[in-house]
Amino acid sequence: MAHSIIVENLSKQYQLGTDTSDLLYERLVTWLKTPLRRKTEQRSARSIWAVKDISLGVQEGEVLGVIGRNGAGKSTLFKLLSRITYPTSGQVKVVGRLAALLEVGTGFHGDLTGRENILLNGSILGMTKREIEKKMDAIVAFAGVEQFLDTPVKRYSSGMFLRLGFAVAAHLEPDVLLVDEVLAVGDAAFQKKCLSAMDEMRRGGRTVVFVSHNMAAIENLCSRAVWIDEGRLRLDGPPKEVIEAYLGCNTDACRLSADLTNVHNRRGNGDARFTRVEFLTPQGEPVRFLGSGDRVLVRLHYEAFADITRPDFEVGIYTDLGTLVTKFSTWIDSDVTSLSIGQGQVDLLIDCFSLLPGRYYLSLWLKIQGPTWFDVLEHCLQFDVEASDYHGSGKGMTSYFGIVFLPCRWRVRSEASVGSLVGS
Amino acid sequence: MEGVAELWRFRELFYFLAWRDVKVRYKQTALGVAWAVLQPLMTMVVFSLLFGKLGNMPSDGMPYPLFYFGALLPWTYFSATLTNSGNSLVSNAGLVTKVYFPRLILPTSAAVGGLLDLAIGFLLLLVIMAYYRIPPRPEMALWLPLVVLLFVLALSVSMILAALNVKYRDVKYTLPFLVQIWLFITPVIYPTSLIPARYRLLVALNPLTGIIDAMRASLVPTRPVDWSLLGTSTVITIGVFIGAFIYFRSAERTFADIV
Repeated sequence: MAHSIIVENLSKQYQLGTDTSDLLYERLVTWLKTPLRRKTEQRSARSIWAVKDISLGVQEGEVLGVIGRNGAGKSTLFKLLSRITYPTSGQVKVVGRLAALLEVGTGFHGDLTGRENILLNGSILGMTKREIEKKMDAIVAFAGVEQFLDTPVKRYSSGMFLRLGFAVAAHLEPDVLLVDEVLAVGDAAFQKKCLSAMDEMRRGGRTVVFVSHNMAAIENLCSRAVWIDEGRLRLDGPPKEVIEAYLGCNTDACRLSADLTNVHNRRGNGDARFTRVEFLTPQGEPVRFLGSGDRVLVRLHYEAFADITRPDFEVGIYTDLGTLVTKFSTWIDSDVTSLSIGQGQVDLLIDCFSLLPGRYYLSLWLKIQGPTWFDVLEHCLQFDVEASDYHGSGKGMTSYFGIVFLPCRWRVRSEASVGSLVGS
Repeated sequence: MEGVAELWRFRELFYFLAWRDVKVRYKQTALGVAWAVLQPLMTMVVFSLLFGKLGNMPSDGMPYPLFYFGALLPWTYFSATLTNSGNSLVSNAGLVTKVYFPRLILPTSAAVGGLLDLAIGFLLLLVIMAYYRIPPRPEMALWLPLVVLLFVLALSVSMILAALNVKYRDVKYTLPFLVQIWLFITPVIYPTSLIPARYRLLVALNPLTGIIDAMRASLVPTRPVDWSLLGTSTVITIGVFIGAFIYFRSAERTFADIV
């Protein structure tokens, strides 16, 4: 069978920090603080490979699922495949007409009506005017917006907006279709509609490559899956095998540490960066799981690109609903006087990890007091806390008991004194 | 050459984006498309009163309203294109980072969209001429190639500005200032004849001078078209276009990464 997509040694490097920043102010401030010290070789060191040495062939009619953590390089790979961005090295070859669906409703303009936006969006996605006009009725019916067709889309509800956007995309007839995580939005009914539309495309013999965190969708729709990790192709094979390997890694020890060098989603001027975070035993050995009340060492690895005085390391723990549980800060709890250029580690020893079982997120800040952030990584590590028998009662506490527990003891005195306590 | 073939393949998208710009421009305005002519018209009134009646500006024997409107039409197109087209990549960042298409489409469609306003304004110019009982002259056919030249010049400058704007937002703040300065160094407020002969060469370096001067001159029989000036402008415009095209093509590879 012929290939639809051929990728050879594809790599994409991004510069980090302020080099390409448009914030002249930020640049000026950092320059004033460390004049003459920011040499070019340091700058070139501050770059990351979002995609590194990926070679991949996708055959005609194949449906390929792409999985991987956030920031693993999936979106960059898609942007390279669709020629939105250019590779640093390597090649991409696509045979036939390609349409990339990186978001729903790209190019929608609020002031234009539903009908006008269908024409515009269709054209942006690569349809010809004749094609769009031929499919107009089907698109409108699919989106279910007949009565609002001549209303500007800025008056649409977000659901209508979404449906209209996907309706156009579902009627694309490219040879190769790239779909990035669009299934993550919308309600259950909408998602079902999307999945069946994709299934139809698959049956129509089109080559489809899609990114999703919905493993069930990957397993059902794809004939093959690849796992992208830290910009590299980690595994390529039947969906079931790849998914198992991916999930297996995520639920085991992997989740209690994270390599942070390749995370895109970060803020700060980049004078210093977190490179890794890990949960360890107090002796510095890897832990297999975290239990309520454990003694835990959180080790932060960093690399400083400039000398920094009085840095402030902060670690925040959030529930999966986004509530801040607690924050640790070297400014409050300790005193780190300075960082010099180079790599290093900071250890945070927590005597009693008093979180109740559940899923939590870690956020990291590296800053100095005042409005200067070197590195901010929000929700960079997701981890689970398991039930443990902290109190030695043989019964573990569950999430039913809340978010945290405070180390405590019960004492019951004689009935009389209990009575007087109640009375007072 | 491959790039040009690709532009042709994407001609429908180009058409749709220009159509969108035109459609959206006067949405939710009370006066609608009247804005296309109101802007140069109001400026013409102010200039006629201020520089004409008050300042006694020489006007090559033309009535002030015609003298000013004839130059303000191309000028308004030029300045509006610089602003719209120069910001086109940044204001369409959502498209640039999510869809592939030849990036040249964005500044070009913005420049094409403005031509409609120019066409509507031209009709008003004919009305003003009729009011002063000046019959349309065959020389006015010159406007057609002149508009093409004006378009190429506006697009070329916009291409450079748009590409720079992607990396340096400073362009956004420089633009209004640049447009203002450009108005003063171009014979819009004053006639070309006011410029001392020894500065003529210097003035000709601004390619807009020859274009606007010829547009104005073609309206009335009292002033012949300055062909040498127009020739200089044409050559410079073509040069600017080639430079802008090469620069844009080399810069466009990183647009999606840094916009």
